Amino acid sequence: MLKVENINVYYGKIHALKDISLEVNDGEIVALIGANGAGKSTTLKTISGMMRTRTGSITFMDQNITHTESYKLISHGLAHVPEGRRCFLQMTVQENLEMGAYTNQKYTKEGLEKVYAQFPRLQHRRNQIAGTLSGGEQQMLAMGRALMSQPKLLMLDEPSMGLAPILVQQIFDIIKTLHASGTTILLVEQNAEMALRIANRAYVLETGHVAMSGSAADLAQDDRVRRAYLGA
Amino acid sequence: MIQLVETLISGLTLGSIYALIALGYTMVYGIAKMLNFAHGDIIMIGAYAVIVSVATLRLPAVVAILISVAVCTLLGVTIEFLAYRPLRQSPPLTVLITAIGVSYLLQNVALLIFGSEQKSTPRMFQIPDLKLGAVTISGVALLTLGVTAVIMIALTLFINKTRMGKAMRAVSEDKEAAELMGISVNKTITVTFAIGSALAAVASIFFGATYVYIKPTTGSMPGIKAFTAAVFGGIGSVPGAMLGGILLGVLEQLSKTYISTLWSDAIVFGVLVLVLVVKPSGLLGKTVREKV
Ligand SMILES: Nc1ncnc2c1ncn2[C@@H]1O[C@H](COP(=O)(O)OP(=O)(O)OP(=O)(O)O)[C@@H](O)[C@H]1O
Ligand SMILES: [Mg+2]
Repeated sequence: MLKVENINVYYGKIHALKDISLEVNDGEIVALIGANGAGKSTTLKTISGMMRTRTGSITFMDQNITHTESYKLISHGLAHVPEGRRCFLQMTVQENLEMGAYTNQKYTKEGLEKVYAQFPRLQHRRNQIAGTLSGGEQQMLAMGRALMSQPKLLMLDEPSMGLAPILVQQIFDIIKTLHASGTTILLVEQNAEMALRIANRAYVLETGHVAMSGSAADLAQDDRVRRAYLGA
Repeated sequence: MIQLVETLISGLTLGSIYALIALGYTMVYGIAKMLNFAHGDIIMIGAYAVIVSVATLRLPAVVAILISVAVCTLLGVTIEFLAYRPLRQSPPLTVLITAIGVSYLLQNVALLIFGSEQKSTPRMFQIPDLKLGAVTISGVALLTLGVTAVIMIALTLFINKTRMGKAMRAVSEDKEAAELMGISVNKTITVTFAIGSALAAVASIFFGATYVYIKPTTGSMPGIKAFTAAVFGGIGSVPGAMLGGILLGVLEQLSKTYISTLWSDAIVFGVLVLVLVVKPSGLLGKTVREKV
């Protein structure tokens, strides 16, 4: 479904991604783990066209999207919930969700029903300004907003960031439900333990390159991974 | 008492013109995050478009108005495309200096074509004055007030209810997140310049109808005042620009009538400075704190 081949990405002179290659197959949950500054967010940003590659290529659903403008990708079925949620804080919950269906107008009504069923807290607050939501609610809103486009691949950047353990569990449960209903997921997480538990496969990033990859179960048993990311 | 009412009405009329111009400043600032210094000069071009259409081409007033709106809209969109779009990633100062450059360019092009002498706007509206007891309200003032009110309501509905309007609000908050939703930031900015410039054309028509004489630098003063009005109301805020423009016009006419014509601008700007000292974000300026 998604194939990233040898991409190199720079912030000015900083070489942030070095020859990164990764693949996501239809129906998988793939986790991307690694320390702060390893390049996880940059990888997602490059896939969704917010950053440009200097070399390398990105293919999504058999189409070369390496140079496709960011705003066109959502209609290809690629949704990205960015780091820090990035909800439209001055707009209402419902308006945020409507923006998610910007290129998928006809689905708005049905999508709202589905998202509200998935996140009942959002329904109660649908006329509230997003800026007044709690962090967890904003995370739910950001995820709900991405779902409004009916994505084939959902990329989540640290959905558990800053949330209380019980909410983290809830977010991971939701990810599992989404996956069960047929959405393929590329998940960036600091919380490697939880991520490896729900993922099929995983990539470990270190200072801009892929240090390890394999099945999530194998990586969770690997000594290096356990020491570096699982606190064992 | 009669004088007060008449002053208030002329203040509202002038304020409506400022508000129409201020909307262009504030929308462009809110969405493209830049000060379009050339916005005032669009008014001047709009006024010349009317003069040429009516006096030279002998076209009827309605057609002249449509031409003026079309010329300004096209000009605004073209300026954005040629001058500002290539600078999307440049530092704000570069963009500001470019905008000042565009402003001088427009003034000098007008100077070249129309000369430095002022030209008078043809009389376009034959609306009888309204007499309410001892108070007389000019037809042009009524028209200005009416049209501005309709435009403000329409614009508010557009921004709050339509798909494009919501997209504009999304872009003004977070360009990258808006693009992730499938909204083209470039297209949204183009629409913003088009709306702002069309409103400037409408303002230029009422300005011409009230002040009659046009020369290449005509746009500067109302431009600066409207910009001030936008800041006063809270730059980036659409209702703020409306309120700021109207208050500015009323304040200006009140000080002209009751204090001094000579000092009115100084008084107006003095009041604005005071307001901004107390509330730096302007009357309706928003300060939203982000959740981490
Ligand atoms: N806007 C930027 N300008 C310059 N350098 C940047 C920028 N964003 C990220 N970087 C650098 O690129 C590298 C990768 O950053 P990235 O945000 O992808 O890391 P990450 O793996 O997502 O980290 P975290 O877990 O902290 O979110 C880091 O060294 C970072 O300092
Ligand atoms: Mg990150």
